[in-house]
Amino acid sequence: MGNRVGIVGVGQTHHRSKRSDVNGQEIINEAVSRALAGAELTIEEIDAVVIGNMDHFEGINYVDMWSVDGSGGYMKPIMKVTTGGTTGSTVAAAGYYQAASGLFDTVLAIGWEKNSESDTSAAIATCANPILERETFAGAIGPLAAEYSMYMKKYGATEDDAHLAAVRDHNNGANNPYAHLRKRVTLDDVRNSPMLAYPIRLLDMCPRSDGACAVIYASENKARKITDTPAWVVTTTTRHDYTHFGDADWTIMQTLEEASKAAYKKAGIKDPLHEFDVMELYLPASSCAVKWMESLGVCERGEAPELIREGVTDMDGELPVNPSGGVICTNPIGATALIRVAEAALQIMGKADKRQVPDVEKALATGFGGCSWSDVMVLSSSKPR
Amino acid sequence: MTIYIKNEIDLKRGYKTMDWKEDVKEMVYQGRIKVPYTWSVGEVGSRFFIELRDKKKIWGDKCPRCGTVFVPPRKVCSKCYSNIGEWVEVGTKGTLLTFTVVRYKNNLQSRDAPFAYGIIKLDGADTGLLHLLGEVDLEQINIGMRVEAVFGEDRKGEILDIKYFRPLKEA
Amino acid sequence: MERVGIIGVGQTKYEREKRETFGEMVYEVVKKALDDAGITIEDIDNVVTVSNDFWDGRTISCMAVADASGAYGKDTSTVEGDGAFGALYGLMRVLSGAYNNTLVVAHCKGSESYSSAITNAAFDPIYERILGIDAITSSALQAKRYMTKYLLNEEQFAKVSVKNHKNAKNNPFAQLPLDITVDDVLNSRMLSDPIKLLDASPISDGAAAIILSAERQAKEVSQNPVWIKGVGYCSDAYRIGDRDLAEPNSLRRAAKDAYKMASIENPLKEIDVAEVYDAFSYQELLWMEGLNFCRSGEGGKLIDEGVTEMGGELPVNPSGGVISAHPVLVAGLTRIIEAVLQIRGDAEKRQVPNAEIALAHGINGMCGQSHCVWLLGK
Repeated sequence: MGNRVGIVGVGQTHHRSKRSDVNGQEIINEAVSRALAGAELTIEEIDAVVIGNMDHFEGINYVDMWSVDGSGGYMKPIMKVTTGGTTGSTVAAAGYYQAASGLFDTVLAIGWEKNSESDTSAAIATCANPILERETFAGAIGPLAAEYSMYMKKYGATEDDAHLAAVRDHNNGANNPYAHLRKRVTLDDVRNSPMLAYPIRLLDMCPRSDGACAVIYASENKARKITDTPAWVVTTTTRHDYTHFGDADWTIMQTLEEASKAAYKKAGIKDPLHEFDVMELYLPASSCAVKWMESLGVCERGEAPELIREGVTDMDGELPVNPSGGVICTNPIGATALIRVAEAALQIMGKADKRQVPDVEKALATGFGGCSWSDVMVLSSSKPR
Repeated sequence: MTIYIKNEIDLKRGYKTMDWKEDVKEMVYQGRIKVPYTWSVGEVGSRFFIELRDKKKIWGDKCPRCGTVFVPPRKVCSKCYSNIGEWVEVGTKGTLLTFTVVRYKNNLQSRDAPFAYGIIKLDGADTGLLHLLGEVDLEQINIGMRVEAVFGEDRKGEILDIKYFRPLKEA
Repeated sequence: MERVGIIGVGQTKYEREKRETFGEMVYEVVKKALDDAGITIEDIDNVVTVSNDFWDGRTISCMAVADASGAYGKDTSTVEGDGAFGALYGLMRVLSGAYNNTLVVAHCKGSESYSSAITNAAFDPIYERILGIDAITSSALQAKRYMTKYLLNEEQFAKVSVKNHKNAKNNPFAQLPLDITVDDVLNSRMLSDPIKLLDASPISDGAAAIILSAERQAKEVSQNPVWIKGVGYCSDAYRIGDRDLAEPNSLRRAAKDAYKMASIENPLKEIDVAEVYDAFSYQELLWMEGLNFCRSGEGGKLIDEGVTEMGGELPVNPSGGVISAHPVLVAGLTRIIEAVLQIRGDAEKRQVPNAEIALAHGINGMCGQSHCVWLLGK
């Protein structure tokens, strides 16, 4: 069987709407250098590299090859994995499996994106089937908006429930020096922000950012030598859905439900609300911050609005969600889900500074993307069995 | 518009064509992806291009650890991963490491075939620069020949501010 | 390392302008690989697809084959690069202990894309792309450098093309089985000196799939798994100006790692058959040097002396190689499949007698920036 694996170092850039002072290779280098420094490692001690982003966001083909100038992959094994919005968590999973395989002791996983370098919506539209759907499909907001409208009607949730989650994430983001949006907001600010697609308003929705994130995985023996507090990977799971948009059931987030169920089973988790100490969730819009809590098994169907209203997921609540500010504060797409893993790892390592949740033993990180793909990763302060 | 599936897999008899397909002529859908891109050059690359544009000078930079002089310059050593801070002006003359004469045309090429690409090691540099060769008899190019940069008149801050490299006419 | 076996393989016939869609090609090879292994899609617990958004003309290109690959409801991931790297990731997922039967599938339709523009996009957007450089012209720079540094000639490159196209006549999946002479190659249209039309691989469509399984599972489901004896992969510097194009250093490192794992000390002697990624004729010679079949600069000698012919000491590319069918992204996986067939004794007319150790090779990036080496055996 494979090796146990711990996360021993993470690094990220200060995410911004545009980083014109650096090219792509240089922004990758910033994140990698910080991860190495944090783990007190040099690039010579990295055995393999895995990297991901979305091709059409920067128009660079064979990114793993191009990245070598910034990733430190020169004369090392390197490969690229990519799955759309879940790319960051796909990279996270690959870093884990590669280190667990026994072929390598240390694996550097990198996610990055410079969204400012292209027309993101135009590039995303090409994910649709070119013959049947490309002409009619536009961007990511529409489906999320429709999904929450259905949910409000079915369970009596309100626009304010989503806005409350937006307030939570934005105010958490103000504590995170790496977050792209760091402005504190009130409920009225969210209510009065421009409507993008009913019921989603500007402050409910993720921005697009330039940024990179790097996470260093180490096999058990090596991890112990690097740090006293590795964030152990307990398990990771992926589920995905349809090839055509019309095939999906939009009233539930089925893939997240299936992925988390499978992960909980492997990790022996029966009561996620009480067993997890913190969650870093890929929530592309605040509406997802309501509805998807049910898919994660944190509460029963229809109970999520109350969970949000009562502040259960606030920093001082029973289960803090997104101490980093989450995706609606920071969204360099290929890095976004890897940042969730990195932030969850920081919480376990006790290195989250002003956004630290006390005494974190178990953390959940998720990824969401290109057409209802869901990834989950369970991290723990204690070594998995 | 429908794309028809050509083969049905029959586990016992292998792959066979179904009758109705004989009447179907498959259609091909034409598409073109056009997405506008910009690429940040970064501070290091920007200085390289500014010097090229304004002073017709070619700068590289030198890794403090392994000593490699890179042209074009880079912020971090590609080989030993150290931060680079030391700028080094390299010559506008150099030696041809390899070349090819391109005999086919396509709309990406910046000039009409036949023309030549070369990789040039500029004097003082340790790496080669990919560029065009010009003012040269295409049948007389050889590896190791000395070449010099020819700068354009209307320079915009891009690699084609060097129009091409031509054989060096030694004084 | 726990032993991992390849228990099933499937490939399409490689053709220009195949009529099948991506999904149909993928379905065909997945079904073939499952049938070959004697299992059903329910026995597969995870899927690695291989695709590239540029070649497919589609963002998140993996979405387009999610159902056809049988990945619905299963754990899945996507490698973007040559299929041999996709297979490596599949191997690592098995070794991690998280999965048992792992399906790896790659597809590409070169005929539906514009190769020069797509490979041009692999070059640096700031310093190189504007020059119009692409896979053929950059490879020509490499071929020229290689032949000048080590005094090889174009006849030696042509001999590789003659040998491999002849071998392709024994392979029903190959696209270009040809009876040609060295003169035919030398007199074919010059593309970019010294690469001529018959020195170059064709534009191809196709798909390929393999199924990997850990020893604990493989023995239950398969009569004769082919075992993975060693793997290695490594990347050189990005810019072609940063490398000495005549020295395949990353291949040397990848091969060294793979040989060490497989306890191979004398590759020429110990390996019975090799499938290498000859996108251009010169590459077979250069990669053989990187694979340490000979010393630097002696690749031409191997072809001159017939060492790599079908009856030679180490037959290289009995399938006809990449020069006889080049579905980008798929071709490295095809090399693995051909190596598997050789070890099983199922390679029919292209079989090398008593093959016990086979080598398969994949590349990624321009001018062989990154290489991947597999050693398979009984």
